[in-house]
Amino acid sequence: MSGFQYESPGSVDEAVRLLAGAKGNARVLAGGTDLLVQLRSGAANPDMLVDIKRISELRQISGNAASGFVIGAAVSGAEIGEHKELAKAWPGLVEGMELIGSTQIQGRATPGGNLCNASPAGDCTPGLVAAGAIAVIAGPNGRREIPAEQVPVSPGKTSLAKGEFVVAFKLPPRAKNSGDAYLRMIPRTEMDIAIVGAGVNLTLDASGVCVAARVSLGAVAPTVLLVDAAARALIGSKLDDAALAKLEAAASAAAKPISDKRGTIEYRTKVAGVLARRAAVIARDRARSNA
Amino acid sequence: MSKFHITTTVNGEAVEYLCDPKQTLLDVLRDELNLTGSKEGCSSGDCGACSVTLDGRLVCSCLVLGVEMQGRSVETIENMAQGEKLHPLQQKFLEAAALQCGFCTPGFLVAAKALLEKNPNPTESEARYWLAGNLCRCTGYDKIIRAVLETAADMRGSK
Repeated sequence: MSGFQYESPGSVDEAVRLLAGAKGNARVLAGGTDLLVQLRSGAANPDMLVDIKRISELRQISGNAASGFVIGAAVSGAEIGEHKELAKAWPGLVEGMELIGSTQIQGRATPGGNLCNASPAGDCTPGLVAAGAIAVIAGPNGRREIPAEQVPVSPGKTSLAKGEFVVAFKLPPRAKNSGDAYLRMIPRTEMDIAIVGAGVNLTLDASGVCVAARVSLGAVAPTVLLVDAAARALIGSKLDDAALAKLEAAASAAAKPISDKRGTIEYRTKVAGVLARRAAVIARDRARSNA
Repeated sequence: MSKFHITTTVNGEAVEYLCDPKQTLLDVLRDELNLTGSKEGCSSGDCGACSVTLDGRLVCSCLVLGVEMQGRSVETIENMAQGEKLHPLQQKFLEAAALQCGFCTPGFLVAAKALLEKNPNPTESEARYWLAGNLCRCTGYDKIIRAVLETAADMRGSK
C-alpha cells in the first residue's frame, strides 16, 4: 500500500467536491471490505480515499413498505439484516445482502459497495435489481437517478463519472401479494463467491395470477443481468409448472458465463435456470402469504 | 503524506495516536498502542484473528483504517478479562482445551462474546454460522463450538 490522501466529508456536497476536484485517482471508501483488500494487494492504488461513512444520509434506512424504503448506500449488512420492516417487505434483497461474507464482514460491507465494486458475483446486487431499486447518484451536476443495473458496466467498472457516487437506493412502494427471493450456488456451505445467483421479485393479483415480475442473474455474465424473457414467462401465469419451466429455460438461455475454477460454462448455464426456478417458487409462496 | 492525529476510545479509555492513512486499525492497535492480542492472520478479512468490536459491531480490524477511528470506540481482546478474572468464555476455552496453538483464540473469543451478547442462547448451527469468519487450523472447531455453547448455558444459569 503506498500513500494516499484520506478525507471523511460530513456532507454529500463536500464529498462530491472532493471527488470531482481530486488530482489523480480518487476512490470512495464505504465498508472497505473489497477496497482495503485491493489496496493491500496493490490492485488499487488511489491518490485519495473519500470515506463516505460520516454522511448521515448514507448511513440510514428511511421510508416504509407502503411509501418505498430508501436505503443509504453505506448502511452495513448487519444493519440491513436487523431492520425488521425491511426484511419483512423485501426478504430476498435482505437475504442476499446477508449472504456476503462472515459476521465480521457484515459489520462493514454495504450495498453501495457491493454494487460499485462491480463484481459480476456480488450477492446484494441481483436482489436490488430484481426489486427495481433506483440508484440515487450525486455528482458535480447535482443528483440523478438510474436503475441499479445500469451502474456496473463490466467487472470492476461502473457508469459513474468523475465526482459521482451512489448516495442511496430507492425501492418502489411494496404492493400487496408481493414476494422476492435470492438464491446463490457456491461450492461450500458458507462464505464463498457465487458461481450463480438468481433474484426473483413478483406480485400476484387477488386470484393468484402474476401481474408483475423481475428476474435477475448474477455471476453468469460480465455484469448482473435483468432477464426480461424470464419475467415474461411468469407474468400472466399462476406460476404453475409450465410457467416455471419457461422461466427456467429463459434464465439458462440468458446466461453467458465463463468457465473458471468455481464452475464451468455448462454447469453455470444449467444452474442459472434451476436457481431462478427455485427462487421463483419461494417468491411466489411469500407473495401468497403476504396478502 | 502527513500523519493524522486521531482521538478515539480504546477499551473504554480515551486514546490519542498519530497514524498514516495506509495503516489499518490492526496496525495501530499492535504497532502504535502495543495491544498485540489482536493477531494478523490473513490481512484480507478472511480469518478473523484480528476481530474487534467497533462501536459495538464485530469487525476485522485489518479491514478498518486507523484514520477512520476519530470519535469511535473499539474493544479488543485486552478488555475481556477484568484484571485477573477471566471472562467465562476464556475460562471455558482453557477448561475445554478449545485451543491448540492459540493464534486464532483472541479472535474467537471476541467474536464469541459478541455472539452471546446478541444471542445468549444460540443453537449449535447459529454458533457455527456466527463464527464462520474465524478460522482455526488446529482444533477442527468442535471443541471451540462446544466451549461457546457450554459457556452460554453457564451464563444463562448464573443470571
